[in-house]
Amino acid sequence: MSSVFAEFAPEVRRPVLPETDISYAVSDTSVGRLLLAVRSDGRLVTSAYVASADEESAWLQRLADVVSPRVLHHERPLDGARRELDDYLAGRLERFSVPVDLVLASAFQRSVLSALAAQVGYGSSTTYGALASAIARPKASRAVGTALGANPLCVFVPCHRVLPAGGSVEGGVRNVGGYAGGPAAKEFLLTLEARSAP
Amino acid sequence: MSLPPFQSLVDAHWRDVGRLAHALAGPDHGDDVAQQAWTQALAAYPRVTSTRNLRGWLLTITHRCAMDVHRSRRRTVAHEDPGSLPAAPVVAAPVEPDDGLWARVAALPERQREAVVLKYVGDLDHRAVAAALGTTPAMSRRLVSDALAALRVDVEEMR
Repeated sequence: MSSVFAEFAPEVRRPVLPETDISYAVSDTSVGRLLLAVRSDGRLVTSAYVASADEESAWLQRLADVVSPRVLHHERPLDGARRELDDYLAGRLERFSVPVDLVLASAFQRSVLSALAAQVGYGSSTTYGALASAIARPKASRAVGTALGANPLCVFVPCHRVLPAGGSVEGGVRNVGGYAGGPAAKEFLLTLEARSAP
Repeated sequence: MSLPPFQSLVDAHWRDVGRLAHALAGPDHGDDVAQQAWTQALAAYPRVTSTRNLRGWLLTITHRCAMDVHRSRRRTVAHEDPGSLPAAPVVAAPVEPDDGLWARVAALPERQREAVVLKYVGDLDHRAVAAALGTTPAMSRRLVSDALAALRVDVEEMR
């Protein structure tokens, strides 16, 4: 349409919206690009590796579907989580104090992640089988692996501390098992904790 | 039903909402109207029942906010100086290097002005324009064509 209506281009200001049900921000860290999201009460609901814009959109859509569609980009509500993450990745922090919310996890995942958080401390590790036994499901090590692979709170709930049984070494490289952030990120975290642990 | 994260609506439509707000409320109130529209949309968003036309939904809210500002302003003017009301322009013309078309848009009867702005600045179809104005698509068509006739804009060119 060649009319002036189409050419009407006033200078418009972006709206400034309040912090709402879900606030998120993306952080470039030494282990990868992490999407962090908190609820209005300050509890962390997501810490997820998002290598691409598509992965970021998929997590935001999941938050919209499960928690609330009022999802907005705000940096400030993530300051606390980000500071702890920085300290942890620099070897200055062993235990996170940011409150977390496992609303994105299934009931089974919750039992796995809770057992993990309670039983496997900084600098130590366990196996998929041992964790399965810990939740009284000794035959469910594969399901435990799947549950950890979909951990919505990577790093904060330490699924990187769970390794395959036997820990084979191939070509001088230890097999650390799968990880949402990739095996290099998992190796980085394990090495960091081994080095910094008392 | 799955609603997209609100941030994606802001990113996709903030320019269109601002543009419509400026066209309806003028340069002095455009940004405030747009801000108000976004605030209202955010509050109402979880109750939205269809994702089919979220852009139209946002522009309808923008229109309503512009009309609210407009009405309260008219009341204020009336209170301060009743004599000034008939001569007061309906809306300040947006600052645009055109041939005076915006001044003529501003001088249109209220319904015609709203209809033509929703149609061509908002790029909405007659069904959406009618919904915003609380009327029928046939009436929207009529308001728009009357407006274009009054503006002496070539109707064929606008199709």
